[in-house]
Amino acid sequence: MIRALLGDARLRDWFYGYRAPERGAITLGQRRVYIVPARLGWFYGATLGILLIGSINYALQLGFALTFLLAGLGLVGMVHTTRNLARLTLSAGRAEPVFAGEAAQFRLYLDNRARYDRPAILVRHQASGAQMVLDLAPGAVAEAVLAVPAVRRGWLPLTRVMLETRFPLGLFRAWSYIEPEARCLVYPRPERAPLPAPTPDADAGAARAQALGSDDFSGLRAYQPQDSPRHVAWKAVARSDDMLTKQFAGAAGIELWLDWQRLAPGLDTEQRLSRLAGWVLAAEQGGARYGLRLPALAIAPDRGDAHRAACLQALALYGTA
Amino acid sequence: MSAPHPLAPEQRAVAPRDLAGLLASLLLVAAPHALRMPWWLTLLVLGLYAWRTRIALERSAPPSPWLVLGLALLAVAAVYLEYRTLFGRTSGIVLLVLFSGLKLAEMRTHRDAAVVAFLCYFLVMTNLLYTQSIPTALLMALALLVVTGTLVGLAAPQRPAAANLRSAGLLLAHAAPAALILFLLFPRVQGPLWGLPQDAYSGLTGLSDTMTPGALSQLAQSDAIAFRAEFEGEPPPPRERYWRGPVLWDFDGRTWRMGPGWLQRFEAPQGGGRYDYTVTLEPHNRTWLFALESVARLPVRARYTNDGMVVAFSPVRSRLRYDAASLARTEPAPFEHPDSLRRALALPESGNARARALAADWRRPAQSDLQVLQRAVEFFRDSRLGYTLEPPLLGRDTVDEFLFDTREGFCEHFASAFVFLMRAAGVPARVVTGYQGGEVNYVDRIISVRQSDAHAWAEVHLAGRGWVRVDPTAAAVPGRVDAGMARAVRAGDPVPLLMRPQLEWLRGLRSNWEALAHRWNVWVLGYGAERQRDLMSRIGMRDADWRKLTAAMAAILGAFTLVLLVWSLRRLARPDPVQRAWQAFCRKLGAHGVARAPHEGPRDYAERAAARLPGAAASIRAIAALYIGARYGRAPAPARAAELARRVRELQLA
Repeated sequence: MIRALLGDARLRDWFYGYRAPERGAITLGQRRVYIVPARLGWFYGATLGILLIGSINYALQLGFALTFLLAGLGLVGMVHTTRNLARLTLSAGRAEPVFAGEAAQFRLYLDNRARYDRPAILVRHQASGAQMVLDLAPGAVAEAVLAVPAVRRGWLPLTRVMLETRFPLGLFRAWSYIEPEARCLVYPRPERAPLPAPTPDADAGAARAQALGSDDFSGLRAYQPQDSPRHVAWKAVARSDDMLTKQFAGAAGIELWLDWQRLAPGLDTEQRLSRLAGWVLAAEQGGARYGLRLPALAIAPDRGDAHRAACLQALALYGTA
Repeated sequence: MSAPHPLAPEQRAVAPRDLAGLLASLLLVAAPHALRMPWWLTLLVLGLYAWRTRIALERSAPPSPWLVLGLALLAVAAVYLEYRTLFGRTSGIVLLVLFSGLKLAEMRTHRDAAVVAFLCYFLVMTNLLYTQSIPTALLMALALLVVTGTLVGLAAPQRPAAANLRSAGLLLAHAAPAALILFLLFPRVQGPLWGLPQDAYSGLTGLSDTMTPGALSQLAQSDAIAFRAEFEGEPPPPRERYWRGPVLWDFDGRTWRMGPGWLQRFEAPQGGGRYDYTVTLEPHNRTWLFALESVARLPVRARYTNDGMVVAFSPVRSRLRYDAASLARTEPAPFEHPDSLRRALALPESGNARARALAADWRRPAQSDLQVLQRAVEFFRDSRLGYTLEPPLLGRDTVDEFLFDTREGFCEHFASAFVFLMRAAGVPARVVTGYQGGEVNYVDRIISVRQSDAHAWAEVHLAGRGWVRVDPTAAAVPGRVDAGMARAVRAGDPVPLLMRPQLEWLRGLRSNWEALAHRWNVWVLGYGAERQRDLMSRIGMRDADWRKLTAAMAAILGAFTLVLLVWSLRRLARPDPVQRAWQAFCRKLGAHGVARAPHEGPRDYAERAAARLPGAAASIRAIAALYIGARYGRAPAPARAAELARRVRELQLA
């Protein structure tokens, strides 16, 4: 019954005082730190019980002293366990974008503003179970990196994070939940696909296609009927059934449009985005200038990390509000 | 600090450092037991420790549960073989020591390690069952520190061991006030909750209810304390310190026995030379209590027998403190029950013919019992009998052999022979055992009476006078009652080390130590139900029953926890240096007319201030930039906080 109640998410939210994601630095107030005896604590309690009975039975005054000292130790341990977590200040750092299928690296900064150290603080991401144990020196800031699997493209919010400690005696378990406002951009999973041919596009000018150089080999792309047979990668063709054309970069001035419309009509949205993301990577690697054209958005051809990031972000957030 | 670790401490395997801590803990708590265990069991325990150490060094797997179970059964068998029982106190503890070694050998997880640490706490307690002396308490306090440090180490595996030990010290220091509250206020219950093992009190020594030749001289070779006495005012001189114990009536030619006595209403005698004193009696597992002759006031919860013994309701199994008063001189109490007088004349049918003949010689010319007594005392004074701790063994006629052949004995020989002679001469007499003398500790003026002060003397019943004490040893060896046993016995006798006259300086040291030990015994070890009631009434809590005590305990303990919590918060409440510096900056600018509006962000505020105070514009902007960097930067560094604080301090606003 209790377990069922505790399992209820809404009830748990109410009990732990659910908060919307918090911005900026979060300091764990005393009231946000919960504490219960750990399993070892129950063992310890049982030991104390036996010691007490023994002391009474043998009228052992030093036995009483020992029992009470250990009882005091448990009590003090409880306060110290709370202290190890209370008033700890946390802030979330930037999480670098990742591709779907990778792990988002969320960074949390644990700022120990106390004059004592806070050893053995466990930081655990509730949803994924990613965790890390940190020792904080007095006045120090430590970084916890939580590797949260990024499954879908778009914004991945850092959901609830649990901080837990059993220091100093392991008899009590103190914990607190936080939900800092932090999110990670997840790009679509890139599909390793040959780049499209630079097409004679009405707007961009067909002449650009001719500018594709033939001095430096840069990769393979799908065969187009107008390709010269000299550029067909015959060795690769021998290994697979696709006709592939060798592509040469040398001319920096190649301009490429990665166009949603020109993808095979049978693909669904996610497959298209994956293909396009793969193309963006390949194009950036190849050194070409490339533009991205989505149904409601176009990014003019350019290159460089910022451009690449802008294109991938557009793909990541396509269709999400 | 140390690098982050992916696993919580309780999920990790037991590290070598934890093992070292546990080994140190176990060695500390098991060492006193090792002295009481047979050597081969000690070796077995050490073998288990060594085994585990080897497992750790070789990084091999701990033994399988089946092997451990087998070893546990073997340990049980070994203990049974040695002690013939599993449920005695000693055998139970030895079993616990063995099991803790086994648990150490087989431990795998973090929790196993913590259980070993808890077992160590338990073993600390088992040591206290044997002795609660100050050295034991200190050793066990050290053990507590090490065990607690190990437990802290288990919870913080990456922290240096020294820091963990410091934490353990801090925790124990914080726990001490709570322990004191509990110790003083936890309601004490009288007596055991259930029957104790048979051997629970086997170690207790003292006078016995019988006396055979050689018994007292054996006992007198121990300088263990029998009891201590604190006098109000001056104590009596040594020769008057006869501490009366068991009275022995029945003699079978070799052994004197107490025989059946009965309780009697106590009537305080009249007389002079009153002494009031408090006795702290070490447990001796007998009912009798010791008091100076003659008792004028009975201790509470004590009774009186027909032969003047003071007895408790139950055997004294823990240190007992009682008040009593005695008179040095009393009015004659001539009445004695005829049955008692008959018993005081009984002798074995035969044996000790020479002694009987001697007694008949004394009787014939005497006109009264008193004259017989005088003859006897003269005989003992002039016979040059030797006083020794190593009396020769006696055969069948113990009295004859002592008086006429070996002519050497300890006080039991003197008392036995004297009472025999008296009875043979028709004078009612009995043997009294107890202690004679005792040493005044010059530190606290308390008299320590040791087993080496054990003594036996005689009481003779004279018509018109009643029972009169006669000490044949004092008659033969006057030094015994004036200067103590150690100076009276033959040179070369096995006198307890510290009783030897030549070790004066060592005795001075011991006096200090024993004064401390006595206070420890009275205030710590003697803190039972009675003392608790006393203390509570002294601080104003009348009739402290368990309800009142528990309520007071809970209230004070709660207050203590609150204080501790506030203390820990106080240490936390300090704002961080960045915020402090920024607040100082805002105050400084506010003093020059640029107070920060609540909604104003640092950048806007700095711009406004720079515009108002153009002379310091560059510094103001730099400080704001530093603050923003430190506060909202990716990783605020302490160095930046220091820089900010310095800049704010040096900021000049004309």
